[in-house]
Amino acid sequence: MALERFTQDHEYIRVDGDIATVGITVHAQEQLGDVVFVEVPEVGRSVKQKEATAVVESVKAASEIFAPVSGEVVETNAELTDNPALVNEDAEGKAWFFKLRIADTSELDGLMDRAAYEEFVKQS
Amino acid sequence: MRYLPLEQAEREAMLARIGVPAVDSLFAGVPADKLLKELPNLPRTKGELEVERELSNMAARNVAAGSVPFFVGAGAYRHHVPATVDHLIQRSEFLTAYTPYQPEISQGTLQTLFEFQTQVALLTGMEVANASMYDGSTACGEAVLMAHRLTRRKKAVVSGGLHPHYRSVVETLSHWGGSHVVALAPDPTGTEDIISQIDDETSCVVVQYPSVFGTVRDLAPIAEAAHAKGALLVAVVTEIVSLGLLKPPGEMGADIVAAEGQSIGNGLNFGGPYVGLFATREKFVRQMPGRIAGETVDAEGRRGYVLTLSTREQHIRREKATSNICTNSGLCALAFTIHMTLLGEAGLTRLARINHANAVSLADALAKIGGVEVVTPAYFNEFTIRIPGDAQKTIDALARKGVMGGVPVSRLASGRGEVRDLIIVASTEINTDEDRAAYVKALQEVL
Amino acid sequence: MGMNTQGRPTTPDAVTSAGNEAHTFTGNRGLDHEEALIFESGSLAKTGVDLPEPKSAETRLGGLARKGPIGLPGLTEPETMRHYVRLSQRNYAIDTGLYPLGSCTMKHNPRLNEKMARLPGFGDIHPLQPQQTVQGALQLMQMLSAYLLELTGMKAVALSPKAGAHGELCGMLAIRAAHDAAGSKRNIVLVPESAHGTNPATAAFMGYTVRSIPAREDGTVAAAAVREALGPDVAAIMLTNPNTCGLFEPEVVEIAKAVHEAGAYFYCDGANFNAIVGKVRPGELGVDAMHINLHKTFSTPHGGGGPGSGPVVLSDALAKYAPVPFVVRDGDGLRLVEDAGDAEAQGQAPFGRLTAFHGQMGMFVRALTYMMSHGADGMRQASEDAVLAANYVRAALRDLFSQPFGDQPCMHEVLFDDRFLKDTGVTTLDFAKAMIDEGYHPMTVYFPLVVHGAMLIEPTESESKDSLDLFIATLRDLAEAAKRGDVDRFKQAPRLAPRRRLDETRAARQPKLRWQPDTARKEAAE
Repeated sequence: MALERFTQDHEYIRVDGDIATVGITVHAQEQLGDVVFVEVPEVGRSVKQKEATAVVESVKAASEIFAPVSGEVVETNAELTDNPALVNEDAEGKAWFFKLRIADTSELDGLMDRAAYEEFVKQS
Repeated sequence: MRYLPLEQAEREAMLARIGVPAVDSLFAGVPADKLLKELPNLPRTKGELEVERELSNMAARNVAAGSVPFFVGAGAYRHHVPATVDHLIQRSEFLTAYTPYQPEISQGTLQTLFEFQTQVALLTGMEVANASMYDGSTACGEAVLMAHRLTRRKKAVVSGGLHPHYRSVVETLSHWGGSHVVALAPDPTGTEDIISQIDDETSCVVVQYPSVFGTVRDLAPIAEAAHAKGALLVAVVTEIVSLGLLKPPGEMGADIVAAEGQSIGNGLNFGGPYVGLFATREKFVRQMPGRIAGETVDAEGRRGYVLTLSTREQHIRREKATSNICTNSGLCALAFTIHMTLLGEAGLTRLARINHANAVSLADALAKIGGVEVVTPAYFNEFTIRIPGDAQKTIDALARKGVMGGVPVSRLASGRGEVRDLIIVASTEINTDEDRAAYVKALQEVL
Repeated sequence: MGMNTQGRPTTPDAVTSAGNEAHTFTGNRGLDHEEALIFESGSLAKTGVDLPEPKSAETRLGGLARKGPIGLPGLTEPETMRHYVRLSQRNYAIDTGLYPLGSCTMKHNPRLNEKMARLPGFGDIHPLQPQQTVQGALQLMQMLSAYLLELTGMKAVALSPKAGAHGELCGMLAIRAAHDAAGSKRNIVLVPESAHGTNPATAAFMGYTVRSIPAREDGTVAAAAVREALGPDVAAIMLTNPNTCGLFEPEVVEIAKAVHEAGAYFYCDGANFNAIVGKVRPGELGVDAMHINLHKTFSTPHGGGGPGSGPVVLSDALAKYAPVPFVVRDGDGLRLVEDAGDAEAQGQAPFGRLTAFHGQMGMFVRALTYMMSHGADGMRQASEDAVLAANYVRAALRDLFSQPFGDQPCMHEVLFDDRFLKDTGVTTLDFAKAMIDEGYHPMTVYFPLVVHGAMLIEPTESESKDSLDLFIATLRDLAEAAKRGDVDRFKQAPRLAPRRRLDETRAARQPKLRWQPDTARKEAAE
C-alpha cells in the first residue's frame, strides 16, 4: 500500500515509488463549499515544497494548492478541469490534482500521517 | 439642515439610550488633541435657492457644446441622447441602489448588466464582455495588463494612432516589474509599420480603430502578425458608434477590445463619468478584470442573474486579483444599454451612416479652403486636417468666433513639432448644414 | 491548501415552503413583473428613434464596412420605457428603504445634485474644448479642491481618480514616485488583515509584496505591531481609519510617526471618512495620502455599482508627484496642466496620468452641491448623526447580538459577529436573507474577514429615529426567532422578493455571461 501523508494546508500526498499524487482532503472540500473551478499546473513544471502549484475555487473563496514536497509535475487531472464538482464528490479518490516526481523524499518526514491529521483537524 | 431627519430632542434621547453624556463621548477613540474644537473654515448651511444660484453662475461661465457649431471629438463625442434615457436612469431604484451584492433584490440592475454585456459582445464581435470599466482609457490600461498575464510577457507595442492620453495611462499603469511600452510616433495616416515592432517578447499590440486621428485601417494583418509571435491584439475604440458601420474588431482577430462607450447614452460631462467597455474571447474570461453578471436559476427554478466568477476580484482574491477595480460605471452602462435598446440595429446603423455622411460632407467643404488638406485617407465621423498655421492658435481664434472647430493635436501630444499644424475634427448627427457652413466661413476668416 | 475566506452555502437549499403562494398564468405577481430579455422581445428592424435618411451614401471607410447583421434588437419608446421601469422595480434602493451596508455609506442622494450636474454649462461641455470656454468648470474643480483640503488638512489634491480603488492606485503611485525620486527600492507594503480587498489588490497591482499586520483583541492595529513590521524594505502602510471594524485607530498618530521614522509613507483608505468630516483632519494625524469616495461621503449616487469618484489628498511630501491633469491659476483665469512637460515647468514631478480626461466632473458637481448645501455646520452634524445612529443601533442590540471586540463605542458603523447565532442552525447569510423579507437591504456580511460571520451595519445620518427604531425592532425580532429555533424563516428566506435564493454555484460552474440564441431555443424546447 502506498505511503499516505497530510499537510497542515489540508492536502494529502500518496507516494508510490518516486511518484506522489496530490489532492485536497474531504475536510478541506467541506470547508470550501461547492467547488466551481480548478486550475492545474503545466506538466513538466518544477516546483519547490510549499510553492503554490494549483488553484481551487468555490463561489466565494479561492485557494491555492501548495506542493507538499519538491518535484516535477508529471501528470495533471484533466477530468477536474471539466468537472470541478468532482472535488466535492470524491476529494480523496478521483479528484486528485497532480502527480509529482519527488525530488527529495526526506521532505516527507515533516508531514502528518492520517491519525495525526485527524487530530490536527479536531484541534483547529 | 434639510437632509438630516434627527431632531435635537431625539439626539438626546438616543445618547441617553447609549449611556453617554454627549456625542463627543462616542469619539473617545480619537486622540483628544486631534478632535477639532472649531468648525472647518467653510460657509454654513445654504438653502436650495442659494446653492442653485451660485452653481448656475459658475455653469454660465462655460460655453455649452449645444450652443455653438461643435466639432470637438478625440475620445468624447456629442451625440443626441433620447429623453427616455435620462428619465430612466434617474429612477430611484436604478440611481440609488448599490452594487448588486444581494441578487434577490437587485434583479433590475443584474438583468440590465446581462443585456449590456451581450450588446457589447455583439457590437465588438467578441464572445464575452464585462459589466464595465471606469472609461475607455482605463479599460485600455487593464487590457494591456491582462495581455501581460495571459502571455507571461511584459512588452506592449503601442500604435502611434492610439490616443496620446490613453498611451500615457498605459505607461502609468505598466512601468514597473519589468513591464514596458514601445510607443510609435504619431501616425495620422495609418501607415506606420507596427508589424516589424512585434517580437517574441511582445505581449500585445495596441491599435486604436478608428485611430485618434480618425483613420480606419484593417486590423487583420496586425492580428495575424501578432498571433504568429504569440502576442495578442488589443483593439481600442473611442467612438463606439463607428461599429454600427465598420467591421468589428472581433472579426479581424482582436483578442481584447477596450472601448469608450460614452457616445451611447452618456453626455460629455467635461470628461466623466463615462463607461469603459471591455470584451474578450471566452477562453480568456478568467483573466478579465471587473465584475461580470451571469445567468442562473433561483430555488424555485426561475431564471435570474447574479454577479459571478468573482474569485477573480479584489474582494476575494485580494493581492492575487486580476485588478483592483471595485466600483465601475454601472449607471453609465445602464444609460448605454437603454440608448442601444432604443436604437436597435436599425437605428444604430442609420445613426452611423448619418455620422459618416456628415463627416464626408464636412471634409469635402474644408478641403476646398486654400491651404487646408484632409490627411486622413479613410475615416468614420472624425478626420484630421493640416492647416497653414498653428493649430492651437487657430482653434482659439475659431472659438472667439463662436465655433468649436476640433482638437489641436499639439494639445494631446505636446513637444512634437511635426503635429503643430494638425486639427482633429469630428462631425456627428448633431451638426447641421448651417453648422458646417459656419465652420468653413470662420476657418477661412482666421487663416 | 491556503484558504483566504470561509466557505459558505452558494447553492440554495431545496424549497420546502411556497414563496409568494399564488401561481399566476403570467408568472407576474401583482406589481412584480417578469421581464423577458430585450433579445427575446425586441427585433432587429424595430427602433425607438426616428432618424432621417443620410443625405449621401458615399463612403470613405477604406473597404472596411461591416457585412452582415450585428444582432442588436431594438424596441420602440413605449416598450423600452416599460421594460426598464419594470426592471427598476426589482431593485432595492436608498429611496426605497434603509440601506445599512457597512463601509458603503448609503446616505440620501439629494436631487439638487442631479439638477446641478445636468446644467448645460456642466453636463454639456467637452473635456478638450478651448480652455477659455470652460472657466466655470475649472473654477468648480478648484472650489471642490479647496473644500476637500480644508476638511482633510492636507496640502494638495488629485481629482482625476475615477473611484476609490483608482484613488488608492493614485496615492500609492505618488508614494512610489517619492521613493523612486529618493533612489529607494522598497518593495513591501503593510496592510492590516481587516483591510478592504482593494488595498492588497492595489499594492500587488503595482508589484509590491503585501505583508499583513494582525489586529489586536479590540479590533484595532497596535503601533508596536507596526513598528515590528517596519524595516528598510517597507515602502508604505495602507490603513483604513476609521477602520473596517467601525473603530477609530487610537494609536494612529504613533503609527504615522513610526512609519515616517522608518522612511515609509502612510496611505489612509478614506472609505469611512463620513464618520469624521468636520471632526478630525486626517492631515493632522500624519496621513500622507488618502482617497475620498465622493460616492460615499459626499452623497453622489451609487447607480447600481458606479460611477464613483475618488479624489486623493496628498501631504507636503507627496504633493509634487500628483498626476496630470490639474488646475492652476494663469493670469486672470485658470488653466489645466495636461502633460508632464508643462507640469515640470510648474515645479511638479507627476507620476503620470490615470485617465484620459480630468476625472468625474459629473460627480464633482454633485459633491460640491452637497458640501455647499450642508455647509461646515451641516457636514459636522451629519458625521455626528451618523456616529450617533450606529451607536444607537449598537446599544439597542448589544444584549441580543454579539460584538467581536467587546462593548465599546463605534464610529459610523457597528460590527457584530455570528456567535449569537451559535447552535441555532442559522448563518449570517440566512439572517441577511430574512431581512429581505422584512423589507430591508441586508447589512454588509462576511466582511471584514477577520471576524467570523461578520455583520457590519452602517445606518448613516439619513435615517429618522422612527426608522432606526423599526429597524432595531426588526433585527431583535429576527434574533429572537433564530434563538427560538424558527429556522425555516431564515433557511427559506427570502420568500417575498422577486427571486428566491439564486444558485451561484451553477452560475460559476457553467458560466452564461451573455444571451445566446441557441440556448434560448433549447430551453423553450425543454
